[in-house]
Formats: sequence, C-alpha cells, structure tokens
Amino acid sequence: MSTTEATSVARPRFRRRRLPRLQRRQRRLAWILLAPSLLVVALVAFYPLGRTVYQSFTNQQFLALEPTKWIGLANYFGAAGLIHDSIFRDAIVTTVKFTVITVFFEFVLGLIIALVVNSNFKGRGVMRAVMLVPWAIPTVVSAQMWNWMYNDIYGVINDALLRLHLIDHGVAWTAQPSTALASVAAVDIWKTTPFVALLLLAGLQVIPSDLYEAASVDGASKWQQFWRITFPLLRPAILVALIFRTLDALRVFDVFYVLLGQRLGTQSMAIYNQSTIVQTGDVGYGAAISVAIFLIISVFVVIYVTFLRVEEQ
Amino acid sequence: MSTVAERAARPQPRTAGRLRRLRRTPAGRFLRRLPFYVLIAAIFFYALFPFYWALRSAFTPDVDLFKTPVQYFPAHPTLTQFREVLSSHFFLRALLNSTIVAGSVTLMALVLGSLAGFALGRFRFRGRSATLYLMLSMTIFPQIAILGALYTTITRAHLYDTLWALIFSYMIFTLPLTVWVLTSFMRALPKDLEEAAYIDGATPMQVFYRVLLPLVAPGLVTTGLLAFIAAWNEFLYALSFEQTPSHYTVNLAIVNFVGKTGSAFQVPWGQIMAATIVVTVPLIVLTLLLQRRILAGLTAGAVKG
Repeated sequence: MSTTEATSVARPRFRRRRLPRLQRRQRRLAWILLAPSLLVVALVAFYPLGRTVYQSFTNQQFLALEPTKWIGLANYFGAAGLIHDSIFRDAIVTTVKFTVITVFFEFVLGLIIALVVNSNFKGRGVMRAVMLVPWAIPTVVSAQMWNWMYNDIYGVINDALLRLHLIDHGVAWTAQPSTALASVAAVDIWKTTPFVALLLLAGLQVIPSDLYEAASVDGASKWQQFWRITFPLLRPAILVALIFRTLDALRVFDVFYVLLGQRLGTQSMAIYNQSTIVQTGDVGYGAAISVAIFLIISVFVVIYVTFLRVEEQ
Repeated sequence: MSTVAERAARPQPRTAGRLRRLRRTPAGRFLRRLPFYVLIAAIFFYALFPFYWALRSAFTPDVDLFKTPVQYFPAHPTLTQFREVLSSHFFLRALLNSTIVAGSVTLMALVLGSLAGFALGRFRFRGRSATLYLMLSMTIFPQIAILGALYTTITRAHLYDTLWALIFSYMIFTLPLTVWVLTSFMRALPKDLEEAAYIDGATPMQVFYRVLLPLVAPGLVTTGLLAFIAAWNEFLYALSFEQTPSHYTVNLAIVNFVGKTGSAFQVPWGQIMAATIVVTVPLIVLTLLLQRRILAGLTAGAVKG
C-alpha cells in the first residue's frame, strides 16, 4: 500500500469498489484459467468471423494473380451480386423447404416416440439405448447406408416397393429432381428424430406424476390430459428441441453432399457456399454468401428467442 | 391409474362394466395393449433396419449383391468384404487419422475446458456470465460462416492438407461444449470440500486437481465422449481442408471410397458397407456402455433451459 498524497486523495472514491484481497486474487486467477480458452475462441472463431465479414467486401480470389481490392457492397448488391444470384435463391428455397419438412416430421415422430418410451413397458431401457444409436454415428455414414438402400437397381427400397406393386419400375430416388429433396429429408429425419425424442423425453420426465393422478380423479380422458397437462408443461423442452433442429437444418451440408453431390438445383445454402469458396476459389463472394447465411439463421434465432421470452413472462 | 374408491364412485353403465371385466383377463389386457406393442415394434424396425441392411450387405459377396431380385438375407455369407476393407491401406490410414484428430481434439478441449470450468464454476467475478454466453454463442453460429476465413488463414499458416488444420478448427464446436458442461458440473459440487482444502493450506491449483477434478470425473468422461463423437463425425472442414488421400479422415474415406475390386462402373458397395460397420461398431459400443452419462450430458441444457 502506498501512502503518498495523491493516492490518499483518490482513495475515498475507490474504497467502495475495492474488493477484499482474497477475492481480488481469485478474480485474477479466474482470468488466468480462462485465458487459454478465450485465446482459442478468439483465434478459431471470432477472428475468422470478423475476417469473413471483411472478405465479403473484397474481390479476394484464392491463388489470384491480381491483388485483392475493396469493392464495397458489390458482392451483395452489385450486378453480379447475391441479390441477382439465382443459384443462391434456389439454395435458400431448397434449404428452407428441407428445414420445414425435417423439423416438422422430427418433432411429430420424436414426440410420439418420447411418449411411448415415457410410459412403462418391458424393454424400455433397451429402447432408450437403441434410440441413441442413430445419433452417435456420423451423418456421412448414415447417408451412405441410405444411399445404398436408395440404389435404383439393387436398392432394397425399390425392391420392396416393386414386390408390393407400389411402383412398376425402379426409381432413381436421389437422381430424380422430384424425389431428391424428399430422399435427403428422409435420411435426416431418420438420423435426428431420436435426438429430438431424447430431448422431449427429458422434458416429460420432470412433469410430476401426481398431476396426471389428480386429472384422472377428476375424470379427464387421456387425450385431455395430453393437451391440458403434457403439452403446456412440455413447451420449454419443445422450444429447445425446435431451436436446435432448425439451426442444424439451416446449415445442412453432409447429407446433401453425400446423396446429391453439388448438383445445381438441389444445393443447400452450405453446399453452394463451400463449393464457391473451395472449388471455385471465390473467397470474397463466398464470404458474402456466408454472411447472408449467418443473417438468415440469425433471423430464426431472434424469432425463437422472442418466443422463449414471451413464454417466460 | 384409478383407485378402488374412485372406481366405485364413478357411475358405470353395464356394458362398460363387462368390458372392464374382459380387460382384466390377461388376454384382454394383451389385446388392449396390442396397438402399443405394434407401435414399439415399428419404432424398433425403423431405427434398426438401415443397420441391418448395412450388415447384410457387408456379409454378402459381390456376385449376390449386384443381382436382382434382392436377397433379404445373405444366401452365401462371406467375410471377403471385411477382409478387403481391413487390408486396405487407404482405409486403415483414414481410421488412424480420425483417431489422431478426434483424440487430440478431445484432450485439448478437456484440458482447456476443465480449467475454464473451474474458473466459471467456482469463482465469482465480473464478466463470468458474459464469458459463458460468449461460449454459448459459438455453438449457435454456423461453422460454414467462417469457412472462407479459416480456409485462407489455414493456407497462410501452411497448415492446409495437414491434420493440424482439423485439430485447430474442431475446437470451435468442442470447446464450448466442454466449457459449458464442465462449468455446470463444477458448480454443482458442495463448497465445504474446497474450503476444507483451503484451510489446510492448499493452493487453488492443488484444490483443482486434487479435490475438484476427481469429483468431476464422470463429467469429464461424458463431455470427452461427446467431444470425441462430434470430432469423429465432422465432415465439412475435413472435406475443405484435406486433399491428399493419405490425410483423409474416415468420413472422407467412406465418401470417396477406393475399393480394391471396384471398377469405374461399379461402386464397391459391399466394401463401403463393411467400412461403415467398422466405423460404427466402436461408436455404438461406447454409446451403449455410457448411455446414461451421454443422456445426462445431452439433456442437461434442455431441462435447465
């Protein structure tokens, strides 16, 4: 502690904010412990994020001969900018369609499965374990498994449908534009429904059982119990599951890549973005696409968060 | 479940009473629950059939595999496909690469995450919740959004087409997870233990690795496993940052499978399916062994909100 005139004059102002020594030391230690993580976060996430925004205002090309130039908003609103890019527009439409289809089915199927697993029956533990399996394996692997099942000649799906006389010749599920999106969605639904079910199951298990007992004493039917007890109390879990799934679906890449490749017309936003950056080497324009995707996803986040906040009040 | 008293209290028409009596017999009860069991069977079938199909294709020789009508059970089961895959240098190399990447990522994320979790879970200081939300925000923003910048940065650092590129970039999604989960584990521990250790003259770091770390061991296992699976399953960055086949991860190998017997006209589906089985089985075994912990880790965020 110094006792010079200057500090003793200044001291009264700071006294209120001064923390006990132990606490101060703890605070310093806390920041030291956090430092490596914060450094990594800054380096691998926030620096690249800032850099992406910067790149989106340039005409940067990978391995370009001419130097990179600042071109302002030309990547967004220029003659060859995003607003005139029909491929990107198609990609947005495809991705949003995919998101709506998958989130809807995953939610409905996930809720049914969660309700089934939540009721008491033999083999419930086995079922819960089985549900984790699709979640644990790589998306690429599950997509390849389905890719083989979709095979137009030797695939089991065509064979089964032919035997049931539902189709009269093999269908090229992933190659045909009319079925491509549905076949990709089916793989995603298969892979992620169990995850949604597990989230909802966790929500179901915290609902106290005496509520149901009280309801059945009062003569409420199972259907009424579901709408009056289960559904309202499950709402927070439902919202969390929907948020997770929507965000994931909007940035979908793996299933599209494996099943459809980079074929025009059936690209997701992420597929178009990756091929612009890595295949074409158009880093500046690719960055603009990234920013656009980021903004589109943010819109969904804001919608959901407002919902959650309304919920809480 | 209705009690005797309330059953007596409720007015019962005669037919309903007879139905109820029927339901009480074992056969009646089974019949009443039949739709439920059908539903369960359907769920099992839906979840497991693609695995069954991969298995049956991996055990079917090529002659039978590329033949119509399709055989639903291998008529001549064989291990050839597995033998081909497991003797393929390309695929074994990919397995090794994936293990190196996922292993290092997990280790790094656990070390950094537990230090950060100690700070965020056991200390009170300004900026604590801001840091937590910063971490959370990282999980929300899409990995694709920083692909271009990462791509140029990695190239400039001469890490393109090396496994280091993946080890660094995978921290984006593993670190927030370990920080977040380990913080909640650390916070849940009682204060007394720590205080006793401080009174005995332990330094904070001693408290950390002698007292707290052993207590959060289950949390380390859970988050470690989640981080490992996430790193093992990643595809976008692997596809963008690796070029040479000898640097492929298993996911890249499975997508660009170069079979020994396959030709330009025939994708070696049998071998690909055998490869998917080889990749999947360890993950399934791990998941089933640790399912309780994974479930706790996965749903921790969902219930607490």
